[in-house]
Amino acid sequence: MDVKMWTYIIVGITFALYIGIAIWTRAGSTKEFYVAGGGVSSLANGMATAADWMSAASFISMAGLISFMGYDGAVYLMGWTGGYVLLALLLAPYLRKFGKFTVPDFIGDRYYSNTARTVAVVCAIIVSFTYVAGQMRGVGVVFSRFLEVSIEMGVVIGMIIVLFYAVLGGMKGITYTQVAQYCVLIIAYMVPAIFISMALTGNVFPQLGFGSTLNDGSGVYLLDKLDQLNTDLGFAAYTDGTKSVVDVFAITFALMVGTAGLPHVIVRFFTVPKVKDARKSAGYALMFIAILYTTAPAIAAFARTNLIHTVSNKAYSEMPEWFKKWEQTKLIKFEDKNGDGIIQYVKDKEANELTVDNDIMVLANPEIANLPNWVIALVAAGGLAAALSTAAGLLLVISTSISHDLIKKQLNPNISEKGELLYARLAAGGAVVVAGYFGINPPGFVAAVVALAFGLAAASFFPAIIMGIFYKRMNKEGAVSGMIVGMLFMLYYMLKYKFGIFDGGKDAVDGLKEAWWFGISPEGFGTVAMLANFIVAMVVSKFTPAPPEAVQHIVEDIRIPRGAGAAHAH
Amino acid sequence: MADKNLQNYWKKNLNYLYMLLGVWFLVSYGAGIFFKDALNNIKIGGFKLGFWFAQQGSIYVFIIIIFAYVYLMNKLDQEFDVHED
Repeated sequence: MDVKMWTYIIVGITFALYIGIAIWTRAGSTKEFYVAGGGVSSLANGMATAADWMSAASFISMAGLISFMGYDGAVYLMGWTGGYVLLALLLAPYLRKFGKFTVPDFIGDRYYSNTARTVAVVCAIIVSFTYVAGQMRGVGVVFSRFLEVSIEMGVVIGMIIVLFYAVLGGMKGITYTQVAQYCVLIIAYMVPAIFISMALTGNVFPQLGFGSTLNDGSGVYLLDKLDQLNTDLGFAAYTDGTKSVVDVFAITFALMVGTAGLPHVIVRFFTVPKVKDARKSAGYALMFIAILYTTAPAIAAFARTNLIHTVSNKAYSEMPEWFKKWEQTKLIKFEDKNGDGIIQYVKDKEANELTVDNDIMVLANPEIANLPNWVIALVAAGGLAAALSTAAGLLLVISTSISHDLIKKQLNPNISEKGELLYARLAAGGAVVVAGYFGINPPGFVAAVVALAFGLAAASFFPAIIMGIFYKRMNKEGAVSGMIVGMLFMLYYMLKYKFGIFDGGKDAVDGLKEAWWFGISPEGFGTVAMLANFIVAMVVSKFTPAPPEAVQHIVEDIRIPRGAGAAHAH
Repeated sequence: MADKNLQNYWKKNLNYLYMLLGVWFLVSYGAGIFFKDALNNIKIGGFKLGFWFAQQGSIYVFIIIIFAYVYLMNKLDQEFDVHED
């Protein structure tokens, strides 16, 4: 059977499975719609969180990025996992004890202020929309490459599927679908990785194969070989990287704190029955995430080795079939600058003749390694599972922000449960359509805006929540001014150094690198903006009245686990 | 529960947090970033140690930290009788 046939079969089966689960788990109440009734086991929630968290970017792009960045890729690996430690230790148990439905719920109640609630809602919506556009795009790319439909068609099919189970099932439907999607995506990621590890190093575990000797009888360690291949071509040694220490630190920190502040991740911990389960669930989530995240750097190193071996100083006419196929998608480009018919792949921009897009490293990996057709189809289904599960989680945050935080809490507090549920479904439907529009007409700045999403979450939510739990004296004046300063500060730096808005547009961005504050890139600036938030909040709260007695009692109450069930029924 | 007791419970919790977040910081920012070059002089199999911490080791330690916290807090909740039913 050919790849296309296999893809239709495997993708078809997985989609039927998701729809089946959605029908079986439809939501009947707002509590089921928002937090799956609060009855999800910590293991299932961990798996769902992992699928929710691992997006098209983790599945498709990350290994490719690391492949080209070498050591520097660690910013993603540590940044996107270390945040779970902060979640488990500093946020999840207390927010679960607090026992409401959303992050703006907590901010609004803890800071006894609808201004704070509204600031939180705006942040949540911006962050989530940014993200979801990228997911729909990912769906479109996978469809167009593997099923040969247009990107637009691919996005529309993805929209219909997500619409179906997110609108019908809310958090309950999404949670159980995500459990299935985790299984699909992790199998799809591991199978080719294991095959390639076996072929290259003879070790079944990619995590270990990555540190083993090559299988070619030379007895040389894979990473030593790769360092040498890289330096021979003029690149930095693979295990060294090129970013400054302070920038690696700032980016890693911003990603960790941003992860812990993302509303679609936090909200997952509202779905478990007890405080105890919230702690444990974060541990399970990280364990499931780590299976992929410890494999990704191995895939990166294998793919880099394979790529250099296959293309460097080889005749263009002798390139394998996958090379030509990916050339058609323009994700690989070859330009024979010196006209010798041989591919020169080197660091020097003038002499380099080959450009390879990050994204093909995972998608083309099975082809590069000559794996059977069903493996290639499996990778397509995995990429779709990663994109759809994340999109659904984000859509839920958007719909909840509108139906619960805006309509129920501010505009129309007397709305009936049924009415609120209807608004939640309508908002989810509306959000899918907007996301689909961005998927088909992606704003050119998607990648930049995703970095901004982390920076914003780090600069706004994280400090407000942490101080809400650990600093009883923090009041609404402090928290609100901290969030606003942090957010504006982050936006300013991003606009100046990522978009070059104040210096004549995108072309000026490279020239501005010298002027980065403390040598920190816009991606890492969330760390600085977060500190600014903390400092401003502390100072302002010193000069303004302490929060009311009742609020201080809330803080005392969320610090102890007992009574979580009671706090939940409201 | 008496206020005094509650304060003790919270203080112990904070102590666990300092300790575990200290480990969190050491493996990722310490071993993986600041002291990476020094650790890279040590090799385990094909891995330079600093590089390994940055791309593998820190992630394993993160998981251990979370489950250690789960274990410590479950015990602490029992000890101070604030656990859920």
